[in-house]
Amino acid sequence: MLVYILKRLVQGAITVWFIATATFVAMHAVPGDPLRGDKLANEEIRANLKARYGLDRPLLEQYELYIGGMLRGDFGLSYTQENRRVNDIIRENFPVSATLGILALAVATLGGILWGALTALYRNRLPDVVIMFFVIVGISVPSFVIAALSQLGLVTLNSMFGRSLLPVAGWGTLWHMLVPSLVLGLSTMAYLTRLMRASMLEITSSDFVRTARAKGLTPTQIFLKHQLRNAILPVVTVLGPQIALITTGGFVVELVFAIPGLGRYFVDAVQQLDYTVIMGTTVFYGAFLVLMVIFVDILYGFIDPRVTLE
Amino acid sequence: MSAAEFQPTREDFSRAEGARERHALPRPSLSYWQDAWQRLRRNARAMASLWSIVALALFAVAGPWVWRADPAAQDLDQISQAPRLPTRARIVDPFVAWPGVTVATLPTDGPAVPRRLRLADAATTQSVRLIWEPAAGAAGYHVYRNVYDPSPDAALGLPLVEIFDPRRVSFEDRFDLHATRYWYSVVAVDAGGAESKGYAVLVVEPALVISAADAQQRGWLADAALARVGDGVALPYHPFGTDYLGRDMLSRLMHGARISLFIGVLAPLLFMLVGIVYGSAAGFAGGRVDQALMRFADFVVALPFLLFMILFKIAFGIGPGESGIFPMLVALVLLSWPSEARLVRGQILQIRNEGYIGASRLLGAKTGYLVLRHMIPNTIGVILVTLTFEVPRVIFTEAFLSFIGMGVAPPTPSWGSMSNEGIKTMLAHPHELLFPALFISVTVLAFNLLGDGLRDALDVRMRGRE
Repeated sequence: MLVYILKRLVQGAITVWFIATATFVAMHAVPGDPLRGDKLANEEIRANLKARYGLDRPLLEQYELYIGGMLRGDFGLSYTQENRRVNDIIRENFPVSATLGILALAVATLGGILWGALTALYRNRLPDVVIMFFVIVGISVPSFVIAALSQLGLVTLNSMFGRSLLPVAGWGTLWHMLVPSLVLGLSTMAYLTRLMRASMLEITSSDFVRTARAKGLTPTQIFLKHQLRNAILPVVTVLGPQIALITTGGFVVELVFAIPGLGRYFVDAVQQLDYTVIMGTTVFYGAFLVLMVIFVDILYGFIDPRVTLE
Repeated sequence: MSAAEFQPTREDFSRAEGARERHALPRPSLSYWQDAWQRLRRNARAMASLWSIVALALFAVAGPWVWRADPAAQDLDQISQAPRLPTRARIVDPFVAWPGVTVATLPTDGPAVPRRLRLADAATTQSVRLIWEPAAGAAGYHVYRNVYDPSPDAALGLPLVEIFDPRRVSFEDRFDLHATRYWYSVVAVDAGGAESKGYAVLVVEPALVISAADAQQRGWLADAALARVGDGVALPYHPFGTDYLGRDMLSRLMHGARISLFIGVLAPLLFMLVGIVYGSAAGFAGGRVDQALMRFADFVVALPFLLFMILFKIAFGIGPGESGIFPMLVALVLLSWPSEARLVRGQILQIRNEGYIGASRLLGAKTGYLVLRHMIPNTIGVILVTLTFEVPRVIFTEAFLSFIGMGVAPPTPSWGSMSNEGIKTMLAHPHELLFPALFISVTVLAFNLLGDGLRDALDVRMRGRE
């Protein structure tokens, strides 16, 4: 068990190194100079700035500095915001994104399991048809459209009641978090519902359920102890990749609902070509996702006693 | 029936003549593809999706030949126009300024609200001329215009003018008039500049008119001299309305369909091809080479997909005048091949150990024959299904990138960039967001349902089952 976790962590570290290197290569393949702009016309200022950001050194040395900094947990200085450290940016903005992401994931997982179980129980009847219709909508409509439409809905709702029932944008209270986390979790919830439905249907026709029924267990007992517990397993398996989807989906939701999270910051940095922030955020997100996948795999071993971690 | 009861007769030992007939196949044998096609055809949802995709492809390919409006032509006089039926404007005389109305005597008592607000002239998109009876004790008037009824919460709307002369009881509105319904409100203002509580309101629906010279200037009329007042002139027709720069939405949707479907279909084909080559190489080679190849693929899979799409888009850069489609294709292929390679390798490994491959090899089949006769036909179903599911994923990716401003460069329309532009004017002109969003959703839905249908139809285990 411990050996397995250690092995996975070492693999994860190599993956993060690969991500960091790929990011470095991609960013340094950019044609042109990251330090351009009108106020930098003076050659002396440019030289000073280059020295400050370490851009005057050979590429290999820059790479060494970059990897060394990462090992010490230092992502460097922002290009566009003077004297702002990338670490500070991440520290300030990531908790907001993480809160939003955790809420969305909770909504998606609980909703997915609940709706999936319901559709399987009511197979081909009205609840199944209605829920599956919304699942199809959730899968086929892009998240930014759902975000925009729900914002439009909020505006209409608030103006209908003549006062602000729910905030349309911004961040702070639980009320601010409600709609964005629902929107962010929606596509994952749709996907998990489909998965849960299929796995529930498969479990329902399996031998051990028939045995349980033959033993004389009540339908509730069978449902809770046998069907649900076994049907959840595929849902747990896909949680790792789904966390990645929710993270990047957060960019759009943060943009539309004006939430001061790391995703919105990243999009801003991309539009302003703030290289250190882009690199730092990418590596940070990459490491976060790798950790999450490992975490989900370990979690799986606890949930499913048939799986041994080796 | 127990054995003791069974009394065989002579007939029980006669030859079973009908056996041969009964074992004959009830219908002609079908090839794998014929069978799959038959089952797909019986799946109504999959067929509806297939026809939708054909219709979308026609819309993208043939559409611009039929509907020849220029997707980049801006018409700032017709920005954010909602979809509507073909309209004609009536030709009128060129505009002549209106002197307005002033009254000589002011009332001293009575309500402090302007009364009898009415039109001095027929309301047209050229001008709306309002007159009213003066309010008692007023030092001036404010005139407002709104596009909905102001009465529930006294939202008077756009302030048009502040009149500082109590004798002046008329106003001519010429500001950006359209052929829709307007609510004009006039409020009296006292000497201190404070508005009175009450207001007069008038609902006006201006008629669509244009002067002959203007019509000729805009190219709607060949020769202004031949046109007479009262004639109708057809406006450029925008069945899906126009966007925030007055560009024709239908034409932009068609050209956007070309971009979105081009990327959506070509990118999966390309990275599937790379994946097939890489995956089958790893699968055939086996051993150490396989290990090394797949370990590298695992690293690429671990890259956060959308972050690296953005990174590559920045790294490749877009020169002036380029649409940015090519960098997006390259980035998609660079990041997406490993999962396809894994899939193909898994299939190859599985098939390689099948008994029929060994049997075929024993009969003297060479590797080339094995690949062509067994490997490819047995994998192509899975590949086809995956391909169908990759199309909506790529279309989503393109839309996401365009939405955050990293997709195709501005003058080129794509559904994603159109949604991005539409979201900014969503509250006032929802059609600019809804149409591209609808096209993305329908396309993604159609490919997803077709993929579901194909998966069921190509699944050999489902063969002959209903």
